[in-house]
Amino acid sequence: MSEVAEKTKAPRESLFSKKNRKLVTDPLTDNNPITIQVLGICSALAITVQVEQAFWMSVSVLFVLVLGNMVISMLRNLIPSRIRIIVQLVVVASLVIIVDLMLAAFVPDVSEKLSVFVGLIITNCIIMGRFEAFAMGNKVGPSLMDGLGNSFGYAWILILVAFVRELFGSGTLWGQPIFGDYIEGNGLYSIGYVNNNMMILPPMALIIVGVIIWVQRSRNKALIEDH
Amino acid sequence: MAVNKDSNGYTFGFAIALVVVVGAILASVAMATKPFQEKNEAVKKKMDIVKAILPKKQAEKVTRKNATAKFEEMVNLENAVVLDMNGNIHKDNITGEAILDVDIKKEYRDKELKEKDKHFPLFVAEDKDGKKAYVIPVVGKGLWGPVWGNICLDEDMRTIKGATFDHKTETPGLGAEIKQGFFIDRWIGEQITDEEGNPVTFEIVKDNSGAKEPVKVDGITGGTITSKGVEEMVNRGLKPYIKYFKTLKQ
Repeated sequence: MSEVAEKTKAPRESLFSKKNRKLVTDPLTDNNPITIQVLGICSALAITVQVEQAFWMSVSVLFVLVLGNMVISMLRNLIPSRIRIIVQLVVVASLVIIVDLMLAAFVPDVSEKLSVFVGLIITNCIIMGRFEAFAMGNKVGPSLMDGLGNSFGYAWILILVAFVRELFGSGTLWGQPIFGDYIEGNGLYSIGYVNNNMMILPPMALIIVGVIIWVQRSRNKALIEDH
Repeated sequence: MAVNKDSNGYTFGFAIALVVVVGAILASVAMATKPFQEKNEAVKKKMDIVKAILPKKQAEKVTRKNATAKFEEMVNLENAVVLDMNGNIHKDNITGEAILDVDIKKEYRDKELKEKDKHFPLFVAEDKDGKKAYVIPVVGKGLWGPVWGNICLDEDMRTIKGATFDHKTETPGLGAEIKQGFFIDRWIGEQITDEEGNPVTFEIVKDNSGAKEPVKVDGITGGTITSKGVEEMVNRGLKPYIKYFKTLKQ
């Protein structure tokens, strides 16, 4: 992650200019927050056991990151530099509390499943990273695009990892059985297929993320570091 | 207009303004979502009671959508009672729907409330054959926050037929496992009284002897404090009911 704010210069450019579109597409692939910057790994391993959880976690992060980026960008010229990290923290923390309350009110089942992980969005480095590296130095429009890009980049990795882990670990997708009923032993289970319990354990999340990184870097040699 | 953004005055002013604005926003969101959360909790309460009564397979099919209907079908609130700590009918004489409003979690937290004023609701379910089951809600302390649950007793008023446990902030993968089926299974079949109807003291053990020996229940590896919290909760929580059952049997 670059320490210096990346500046976009042009005074008046449309929200969908080439540069701004790049802000969305870059984090999806060549500057992905998880696979390239290796941030937010904690949640990538904690809540990717089921696709549903990963989906709602992604939605929560999207909400926090996009709104947070915009708020910080709006306030960027007002925030005293000595307390900027604290101000950023206050913004993330309050957005996370709002998400938590909303989930508990409207999707209570999900809220129960995510339990403490929603609170842990506060510590997700992607969010603080984008605030400090981007929103503090850019206008609201580009910050919005940057927030969207990074959340989607986070989301697709999360959901892909959850897809693999849920399918092979529990034999389900979004809670629906795919290979037949494990307990009753019908479907694929009747011919000797078993779920891979290793998939449920956290290390498999890292291994899957590792595989994604490997595929990504073998396709784009520019991503491979020299050292 | 030149404001020195690095001055102490500006920094403090900004911090104070930020906190006031954020506080106001959070307070209004909390107030706006509260009615929905309360409604969800009321459904959840019924759902947990129904889940404690039903055998595992059927319990898994209980969702928020069908919980209220199932609750009304299985549990007759006319039969439910509220006890005091000595196992007598509580002097407040709460009956019917109002029993669902008894908030044992709040009463447990309330340091001001005297033990003898606390309410202990008992739900009675009846299946199609007229076979009864008794559901006892319990509440206690885990490692990070409250734990709670429902213990369902068989017709004999002493064998645990089913249970639910839940928590707010226990460690995922460790203490949080108390809500999983495998931990609940370890409690099923245990007897809460001896032959004479005197209470037994459950003990969470680490040596795997729980499955074989009565009153011993295997804890969760890495979740010892939460497991011990459940142990304390069950032992303390069942006491008033055991006294009540003793008088019922006499």
